Amino acid sequence: MTSVGAAAPAAGPARRRTLRHRLADRGIDRSLWLVLPATAFVLVLFIYPFIYGLQLSFDPQQGGGPFANYQKFFSDPYLRDTIWKTLRLGLPAALFNVLASVPVAYAMRGRVRGKRTITTLLVVPITLGTVLTAQGLIMYAGPRGWLNKVLTGLHLVDSPVTLVHNWIGVFLSLVITGFPFAFLLTLSYLSGIDPALEKAAATLGAGPWQRFRQITLPLLAPGLAITFTLSFVLAFSVFPSAQMVGKPSGSTRVISIAAYEAAFQQFDYSMGSTIAMIMAVIMLIVIGLVMVWRATLYRGSTGGKG
Amino acid sequence: MTDQRFDELRLDGVGRRYGTQTALDDFTLSIKGSEFVALLGPSGCGKSTALNCLAGLLPLTTGSIHLDDRRIDTLPPERRGFGMVFQNYALFPHMSVRKNIGFGLSMRRMSKAEQRKRVDEAIALVQLREHQDKMPGQLSGGQQQRVAIARAIALHPPVVLMDEPLSNLDAKLRLEMRMEIRRLHQDLGLTTIYVTHDQEEALSMADRLVVLREGVMQQCGTPQEVYEQPANGYVAGFMGYRNLLELEVTGGDAEHAVVEGGGLRLVGANRGNVTSGPAVAAIRPEDLVLGETDGNGIAATVRIAEYHGRELSVEATTAQGQPIYFRTSERVAPGDEVVLGVPRHRVLVFDDAERAREGLVA
Repeated sequence: MTSVGAAAPAAGPARRRTLRHRLADRGIDRSLWLVLPATAFVLVLFIYPFIYGLQLSFDPQQGGGPFANYQKFFSDPYLRDTIWKTLRLGLPAALFNVLASVPVAYAMRGRVRGKRTITTLLVVPITLGTVLTAQGLIMYAGPRGWLNKVLTGLHLVDSPVTLVHNWIGVFLSLVITGFPFAFLLTLSYLSGIDPALEKAAATLGAGPWQRFRQITLPLLAPGLAITFTLSFVLAFSVFPSAQMVGKPSGSTRVISIAAYEAAFQQFDYSMGSTIAMIMAVIMLIVIGLVMVWRATLYRGSTGGKG
Repeated sequence: MTDQRFDELRLDGVGRRYGTQTALDDFTLSIKGSEFVALLGPSGCGKSTALNCLAGLLPLTTGSIHLDDRRIDTLPPERRGFGMVFQNYALFPHMSVRKNIGFGLSMRRMSKAEQRKRVDEAIALVQLREHQDKMPGQLSGGQQQRVAIARAIALHPPVVLMDEPLSNLDAKLRLEMRMEIRRLHQDLGLTTIYVTHDQEEALSMADRLVVLREGVMQQCGTPQEVYEQPANGYVAGFMGYRNLLELEVTGGDAEHAVVEGGGLRLVGANRGNVTSGPAVAAIRPEDLVLGETDGNGIAATVRIAEYHGRELSVEATTAQGQPIYFRTSERVAPGDEVVLGVPRHRVLVFDDAERAREGLVA
């Protein structure tokens, strides 16, 4: 695409190409209008609120300079520690979801009897939403839930095991809602890998573990990196389950709770925005680290049909 | 180059069923060491199934496979040690050409020095020295094919299995690679089992051909045997007998058969010991000549004449609408009335078991 516009007039009026033609050469034509709704959507619902929030976060209610909110957040352990509490939930949950999805997806690829049924069952939790999941967890794993009734009834434990209203409860909830998502993504990445590759490895003497380790895993890893970042983003913004099945005043006082309290209990929108900005930065850091790792992997064709 | 010499690879009554569908039925074949055997047939005839059963990628439903006295059909593919070349090459996209070729060697825990030596050797064999550090995605189809072959033979396997390895290449490259594979086989004495749907490929490369149809072996013999004496109408059709005329046997003896139908009357070689009933008369387009021959004459009207340089490939139809294909160096044009002749020994008459069966049912 070199100077089409400059060369065309020199060729004389007979060979002069219309403006529309020249624009089309650069990929600009009427189909570009189709991008408009999405662009408007992003501008109105993401870019504008983000910039508004960013500007708000530098305009503290109590004054004290543009960075006062940030200074306050990082100097107050009650606020600062929410970062670690969220990471302590989000990273293990995302990691668990990704790792657990690999063997399940591995078993589910290709033609498996009852694949549709099993896939449907695995995906149902996505449709439930976090609130219903939290309710279910309390009913099932709560102090007077079925699980504890059975365990105490069988005299396997003396006192009920605490699986909700603590870190475990939120972790379980994140797994229940996050796993199907990770599974679907992993399954589609795995289906994109040509099954003949593993067959070829087998004829070359590679056993099942070597086939997975040497062939499938390296080809799947970039996809797992994407799955991990998306799972992490979902887990990092955990809010309802941290409130309902966690300990929102203690071990599961995640960063979104801090933001909620600042904005809607203390009505300090500026502080709320600050915390939201810090959230975004932390997520970007984690995503950035994963993407740097991903860049070191082979990311070309995987031979499959996608 | 083969480390594991053997005398005989024996398939006994090998069968493979998918539910009620039989992909391969009672397949029995004995392959000698360093033989080149082609499994030939259209898609769905069971040839790839047979190959996958041999490689261990598909379990057998019935039968057994022995390499000399060792039973191998119960071994997983990684312990059979057969080299395999896949239709889409199945090169590991994340490994360099060298790594691909050395993969099997590293699985064997061979010493690094030995691995290097064997990879160099295999790369030299397929003439890929300048490409050895590239990734498969950077290679052309023909080069990828060479890598796949080098990878399969680097292990010095007793048997190399090839599953339509040339079907993704263009015509010119296909001819080149055909020679190459044949050369490798001759130089290395590798026992090769080659699956193809292309009869020309099979005829030109193999020591022995096995023609399959719907999972059942139709004929097994040298290229010459199969080409000149096809066992039945199906094999004949596959071997270039493009004219398969469905006629009735009205007379003849053990040697000759007289077939009639649709306004035609032909005398041909009796290949099915048929004296009556439905039959197939198979004639190659190149055996038909203009003008009645040996008492055989077919009146037809030229419909389409394709120019092929030295000669024309012509489609004509008889008065009853039966298409007849022939080749001629005479200049004929659509609409011309011609009489085609064919020597008696060039008309092969087979009994038409299928039509006979259908007749019984109806």
